[in-house]
Formats: sequence, structure tokens, C-alpha cells
Amino acid sequence: MEAYEKVLAARAKGRPTAIEYINNIFTDFQELHGDRRYGDDGAIIGGIGRLCGMPVTVIAQEKGSSTKDKIARNFGSPNPEGYRKALRLMKQAEKFRRPVICFVDTSGAYPGMGAEERGQGLAIAENLMEMGTLKTPVISILIGEGGSGGALALAVSDEVWMMENSIYSVISPEGCASILWRDAKKVKEASECLRLTADDLYEMGVIERIIPESDKDFSAAYLLLQTWLKKAVDDRKGISTDELLEKRYERFRKFGAR
Amino acid sequence: MIPKGLFKKANNELEGRQVVEEFVEPTMTCPDCGFEVTASELKENHEVCLKCGHHFRMNARQRVELIADKDSFKELYAGMESDNILDFPGYDDKLRSSKAKSGENEGVIVGEAAVGGHACVMFVMEPEFMMGSMGTVVGEKITRAFELATEKRLPVLGFTVSGGARMQEGILSLMQMAKTSGAVKRHSDAGLLYIVVLTDPTTGGVTASFAMEGDIILAEPGALVGFAGPRVIEQTIRKKLPKGFQTAEFLLDHGFVDAISPRSGQRDMLINLLALHSEEV
Repeated sequence: MEAYEKVLAARAKGRPTAIEYINNIFTDFQELHGDRRYGDDGAIIGGIGRLCGMPVTVIAQEKGSSTKDKIARNFGSPNPEGYRKALRLMKQAEKFRRPVICFVDTSGAYPGMGAEERGQGLAIAENLMEMGTLKTPVISILIGEGGSGGALALAVSDEVWMMENSIYSVISPEGCASILWRDAKKVKEASECLRLTADDLYEMGVIERIIPESDKDFSAAYLLLQTWLKKAVDDRKGISTDELLEKRYERFRKFGAR
Repeated sequence: MIPKGLFKKANNELEGRQVVEEFVEPTMTCPDCGFEVTASELKENHEVCLKCGHHFRMNARQRVELIADKDSFKELYAGMESDNILDFPGYDDKLRSSKAKSGENEGVIVGEAAVGGHACVMFVMEPEFMMGSMGTVVGEKITRAFELATEKRLPVLGFTVSGGARMQEGILSLMQMAKTSGAVKRHSDAGLLYIVVLTDPTTGGVTASFAMEGDIILAEPGALVGFAGPRVIEQTIRKKLPKGFQTAEFLLDHGFVDAISPRSGQRDMLINLLALHSEEV
């Protein structure tokens, strides 16, 4: 499949959103709202549930399904309070020694006036800084769009996985095309240049796993995710916190020039 | 300096014209007050408008000269250069022209320096090199700056100017945000001081990482600082942004920077802050 087809697939109408992953992978899920500072951001869902019986904290970007729901969730583009809610719940997970599972699906952090007034840059920066030393295992899965810093703010993790038809990029293909060729319509070319498919990222060593998808039924993918998540968490049970954090540091330290 | 033969009568028309041309210094117009100022006058005044105090952009080397003690700056990692790792169209040319334009190998310079006698590690971003965008080399140099400072137990003094993560290096540029933030956190957890001065413009992935992670965050007057660029916001909300939105003063009002730091007193402000954190009493 060409890169641009992957972009379309990642954004396709009817593609499962985070809620469906949560409902199919975890049990006893209780949603927890609010950042305790300003408000509750519908673009990010957080809560506690069980992964094969074990309590875990789940944080997910949710684009919404119906039109009304999409608007309420700002089409999955978080405001600062969303990132601050995520960080609050991660700190809570650390306190109660729960692993954290993040689902990433956003075209990007919301570029609005209120977002700037409330410190969008700071909110993301704080997540990057704090996630790096969160004293509990963190696994992130890109399930649709992984749009730049707004996606990374939930993906400074021990392992990052991608669904077969998800994308992860520093800039949207449209944004890239309009900067590069001053023509937002050259998205196909831009999609190729950016190397944003799961295969590209796996090849570059930026992700650890690709989760295969079948066309219509995601139940096999959910089961696979459940199994692998359980294993990823179990594998880290015998590891000391120091070693866990050292490995996480090295995971990101190795990217790029040395 | 007065060039030799300045007052000599021209032998012919061509020679006469040449002498005159040498002395027409290009002038800059201040975008705030419209004042006309020559490049050398501006340089003398640290790129600050003589009339209204507008802060023009400033090269990294000029900043080092303004802030660091004379001859104290010992540059590190100067030879690191970027490769076109993704074979991105036009990137090789862009790197070549940026090098020529800025005289630098990449978008940031790093070194050990003394400021008012206080040893520190400095990083200074360069606006003429792809507007200080962060690719793998910029990310690596900044990461090394923090790692070195942690090892030597030194404060970090940073100056940001950036359009954000560098598109031409794709996802690896994005990863630099996590990488640099990790190094800042280790430096911070070691109980060490990081002062950052935000200069015009500081946006995107740099704002959303090490620019906003300082213990003390200063900003130059009028500097544009934000996550999303103003044009992107205007396209999203389909409205014009109010005047002064995302300026340093706006950030101060909203509680995101500690103080505005005009260039005229910037070195003194930094020396004072460094002294207040110095272990020697």
C-alpha cells in the first residue's frame, strides 16, 4: 500500500476509535475525568480498568463517532487540560504501581486561541519530561493518526506499537505539502517523503511492533493486543525501577545523530 | 575606519561611483516604529532599535559575545553536520544554503562558558540556519549540553529561536523532543539550574519541549512564543488574532514566563540569577 493510502486508511470513517479498543481489551473500566486545574477535555479519555485481571491506567485520545460526539471531543485534538489530565492520571498510576497503557489517535494538539492562552506548549513539554521518568511501565499504541507533538505527549514509553494502518508523523502531509510546494494538494508526494507508515517507522527503529489488522473485523487485533500488552507488562515485573527508566532513556537517546 | 584614498579626487566616472557605493550602508526599517537605522548602528546596539527598543533577531555568535565573559566560550560539538537521512527533496540544497547564510554548521551552537565568572554550559540557537529548526543534530547537541552539564554539575543557559521540529528529518525530528526533554529532566533531578531565554520566534516542537522546561523562563520583549504558529491558528479558527497574541508580554500576562528580559540588561539579569543559585556564599 502506498503511503497516502495509509494516510486515508488511518483517517477512514468507521475506523475503530479508542473507546472500542478500551471496551474490547479491558474489563471493569472506570473513566476518571478532569485535570483538577481547569476542566475536562473530551479529546482525552482516562481511567482505570483491568488487563487480564490486572489493574492498569488507560489514557486515550478519542476522536468520537457521531457528529455530536466528534464535536464534544474536538475531533480528537486535545487542549492543554487534556494533557494535564493525562499527566495527573499517570502520576496516580505511578503512586498505585499500575502500568499505563496509552492509545494515540490525533491529527495534533489543538491549534486554538484558548490552547495557547492555557499553555499548550508547556503542557506537552511537561508530559515529555515527566513520562520519561514515570516509575511504572508505559506502553503506547498508535491506532490511527499520530500527529506530531500532540501524539508524542502520550508516547514517551517503554515500547511504542502501531496498528498496521496507522501513521505517525512530525507534520501532517497537508502541512508538509503546503510548506514544501506551496500546494496543499500534493499530499501524496508529501506522504511518501515523510516516511510515516508503520513499516517505515519499524524500519527506522522508532517502534517495536506492528499490529496486523483485518479489513472489517478488529476482534483478532484486540485479542492480539491484549496478549501482547499482558506480556509487555509481565516482562517488566522483574525489572528494577532504575533499569526500567534507564532503558526508557536509552530508547529515545539513540534516535538520530550520535 | 576611513579607507585609503577617500578624499582623493576620482580619475573618472567609474572610479568615482565605486567610492560612493562603498559608503552607502544598507539601512533597516524598524517594523515597530519605522525608524531607519544602518546595519552597523544596529549591531552596535545589539540589534535593538535605537528609537523604540524593538528587538531584531540576532545571530548565535553575537549573543555569545553579548552574554558570555570575553573569550570564555569554548565551543563543543562544532563539527556535527546533518545528513539527508530520509532523502527528502530539496533538503541538501537547504542545508548548503543555510550553512552559507549563517556561517554555522547547524541550527545551534553549544559550549562551555563563564557569565560574570559563573561557569555554565550554553546553547544558543541560530535563526539564519533554517530558523533554528530541530533535526537530529540540533537535538543531539542540546542533549549533549544537558548531559555534560549534569556530569560537571553546571547550570545550563539556553537561548531558543526556532520554527519547531525539522520536517525534512521526519519522525526522527519529533523524537528529539523526547530525547532533549529526557536530558533536561536528568539535569533537573540532579538539582541543577536551567535558565532559558525565549527569543523571537520560539514555536512548535521546541516550545513543546526544552524551551518550556527551564527552572527560570525569560523572554525577550516582543518575541513570538507559542506552540501553534499564528497562521495555523487563524486558519483553524477562521478569525484574525488580536494584536499582541503570543508575544512575550502575552505569555507573562498568562503566567508562562518569569520575566521579560530586554537585551540591554540581559547579561546583568542572568549574572544575578546565576549568583543567586551559586553555592559559594
